[in-house]
Amino acid sequence: MSTLTDQLAVPEARRRSPGPWRTAAADLSRNRSAVAAALVLLVVVTVALLAPLYADHIAHTNPFQSHVSGTTVVDGRTVPVLTPSSTGLGLGVTPIGPTWDFGHYFLGADNQGRDVMARLLYGGRTSLFIGVTAALLCCVVGTAVGVVAGYAGGVVDSVISRVLDVIWAFPVYLLAICLSVVLLTDGLSLGPVTVEAGSLWLPVVIIAAIYVPYVARPMRGQVLVLRNKEFIQASIGSGAPALRVMRREVLPNVLPTAIVFLPLMTALAMLTESALSFLSVGVQPPDASWGTIIEDGLGLLYTRPTVTIAPGLLIALTTAALNVLGDGVRDALDPSARLRGGV
Amino acid sequence: MPRTTRRTVLAAVTAALALTATACSSSDDSGSSDPTSTASGDAQSAAFQPAHKGGTLKLVAHAAAGSLDPQVNYTLQYWQLYQSMYDGLLAFKKTGGQESFTVVPDLAAAMPVVSDGGKTYTFTLRKGIKFSTGKAVTTDDVVASFQRIFKVSSPTAGTFYNGIVGADACLKTPASCTLAKGVVGDAAAGTVTVNLTAPDPEFTYKLAVPHASVLPKDSPAKDAGTTPLPTTGPYMAASYDPNRALKLVRNPYFKEWSRDAQPQAYADDVDYTFGQTVESEVTAVQNGSADWMFDPPPADRLNEIGTTYASQAHVNPLTAFWYVTLNVNSAPFNNKLARQAINWAVDRDAVVGLYGGKNLASPACTILPPGFPGHVDKCQYTKGGGATWSAPDLAKAKALVKESGTAGQEVGIVVSDDEVNKSIGQYLQSLLTQLGYKATLKPLSANIQFTYIQNTKNKVQLALTSWYQDYPAASDFLNVLLSCASYHPGSDSSINISGFCDKGIDARMQTALKTGQTDQKAADQQWATIDQDIMAQSPVVPVINPKIIDFTSKRVGNYRFSKQFYMLVGQLWVK
Repeated sequence: MSTLTDQLAVPEARRRSPGPWRTAAADLSRNRSAVAAALVLLVVVTVALLAPLYADHIAHTNPFQSHVSGTTVVDGRTVPVLTPSSTGLGLGVTPIGPTWDFGHYFLGADNQGRDVMARLLYGGRTSLFIGVTAALLCCVVGTAVGVVAGYAGGVVDSVISRVLDVIWAFPVYLLAICLSVVLLTDGLSLGPVTVEAGSLWLPVVIIAAIYVPYVARPMRGQVLVLRNKEFIQASIGSGAPALRVMRREVLPNVLPTAIVFLPLMTALAMLTESALSFLSVGVQPPDASWGTIIEDGLGLLYTRPTVTIAPGLLIALTTAALNVLGDGVRDALDPSARLRGGV
Repeated sequence: MPRTTRRTVLAAVTAALALTATACSSSDDSGSSDPTSTASGDAQSAAFQPAHKGGTLKLVAHAAAGSLDPQVNYTLQYWQLYQSMYDGLLAFKKTGGQESFTVVPDLAAAMPVVSDGGKTYTFTLRKGIKFSTGKAVTTDDVVASFQRIFKVSSPTAGTFYNGIVGADACLKTPASCTLAKGVVGDAAAGTVTVNLTAPDPEFTYKLAVPHASVLPKDSPAKDAGTTPLPTTGPYMAASYDPNRALKLVRNPYFKEWSRDAQPQAYADDVDYTFGQTVESEVTAVQNGSADWMFDPPPADRLNEIGTTYASQAHVNPLTAFWYVTLNVNSAPFNNKLARQAINWAVDRDAVVGLYGGKNLASPACTILPPGFPGHVDKCQYTKGGGATWSAPDLAKAKALVKESGTAGQEVGIVVSDDEVNKSIGQYLQSLLTQLGYKATLKPLSANIQFTYIQNTKNKVQLALTSWYQDYPAASDFLNVLLSCASYHPGSDSSINISGFCDKGIDARMQTALKTGQTDQKAADQQWATIDQDIMAQSPVVPVINPKIIDFTSKRVGNYRFSKQFYMLVGQLWVK
């Protein structure tokens, strides 16, 4: 006969069972594609963070300053960074191409004579910063909006849903371009929040705002289902305030979805930032982002394609890695995926 | 004028240009230095070669240039075409070199008889000239065409033609414009008399531009838009769709009356198609599916064009300058030292490089371009001094910024958003940052940038823009761009973008205009001094004098370049 203590004791097997987060982390770590993607991202982030170190101590260059009349030494010879054509009619000026020497112009120069490698690293910082912060902001706001709309229902839900519908009704890039064009002139001032016209926070806010419906709507749908569950009803029935129910009961249950969204939204935000910067309405010169570098290289496609190809490849690599990682996170956090034979 | 932008901006300049005295007849090339042309352009009109007549000339451009109405359109793109389509009483000589600045009689049988102290011009109309409809050109058509300038509110009605007696009333109520005492036709005598309120030494130039084209008297009193108007020249427009193409065919009633004014054209048809990207325009010319491209070739194709296709590329200097405007009425450039600092700091060679290299542009030191009346080689802002620009003096510029106490101030740079303008803007931003300013770059669409930077309400501190001559007179740069009369706060038509207004210099401009009525050489010397004195105050920073590159297909022959209206389309042959 077992004692009460024995009866109350947690079975050994259950005590050893890890929580859902640990299970998800373990699942994720067994997903080779996701791990590879995470490693790629780690390398990209680390290299981007080392941009000042590279520019100041290795390439010895200021990537934000024009070096139109600058010179460099290649194979012991001093050569101009921008070389005027000396053949035929002598038309055009061509920036120095890749030297494949990390000490200077590893990937060549752009039309301002700036070191493309140094700008690529700084551009990575900018693109990652905007991508991650915009995605975070979007997920936080989108989750909050979705939870409130789904939980409150009624008029609140209707108003929020219609606002989201209106935002969703616009083609996303068109909306982003319109907002950017307007806000780039005078910046953004919303009550106590002021964002200056040239600030990197401006594309962050714009990108986050246009993608809020992408997060909020599925969140709302999930909360609508959750709201009728017994444990939520029990919590409401016990007299818990709405805010507490949302925070304690609803949010933890929708959090995995938000986490799944995060890498995917980061990829989407980075692509959007690149597109806006390419169109001159994102990151403003002399700041660099991968999008602005592609734009800088557009006029050099025939002569110096590396200026465009390098940031293009990095955007493709990073967004692909984020998507693969996002899929891995989704598989790890979604039990039904496991039931379907996922990892 | 900006190269491709419609010039609706000069409406302000008027009075100053029309103020002065006595006689003038034809243009005078005196005072200009030798052109620095690197290529084509004969000085003499060659005889017509019938063996080359025929074929279709295929032109391409990224976009059309709007209305086809010669009294409305104000773009170089179509002014170039109008040379083989429309005629005025006078015309710029259709030839190459400096001689292309010469005004010759066109529909008029001879240069006008000038009387009444330079206020009356009497023209005798040539006989036997017909419009493309078959109707003969009459004095009534000439009178009606002058009236139509005002009725259609031609962009230069208030600037070029406001000196005609009765023009004031026409400007106020265009619909009822008669110019009854201003332009008087005598059908019996075949003469047209133009009366001015005051002598205008540049009036013959103004009669030789397309806005003074003679059109049938029954032409609509409004912008004809895409509807072609009858022509007198060798070509007439058969169809025009600004989204697709413009087709020119031979005017069946054209007979060459003056090889200098309106020579016979070679190609039977001209097909001008729109909508291609500039990159594909280059490829089209390279593979012969187009004969000429209007747009400047992109930077990354220049080397290829200059080497593999060198024989098909024609480079010619333009009487134009690209310049930076400094707002003299707002900080930091209301401080002369700060303005001078920018002039000392700008590396013209760097800008030349960004424009396409030394064979496509040259450093500029003065407002008047080389080869232009009044230009004198003298460079106030070059390291070590000298007649021409050699190098920037950054140390001096930094010292001036420090002395001015303007370091740390914010400066907005407004440029057009095309590749070349934007790259020069980025360079300027970098330079201003080096000088200690907090510089921001604002690229705007070329469609709005030119009007945006003129309006003082937009508080533009520094802008990059350009000016291409209307006609070969120093006043077209100095008086138009920097006189008090050209400064109109709060207006989109304030071509004096810097807001520079010096009463003393203004008075000297008027004196130079008056001197020009009797002694052009002396006047040009006065303009040269005025140029230097304005530069001493540094309201603008001349950066480059551009050149133009015409890229033609292998089959194109007889390339000729007029300094006034550029490549002579009608003189190209394709057979």
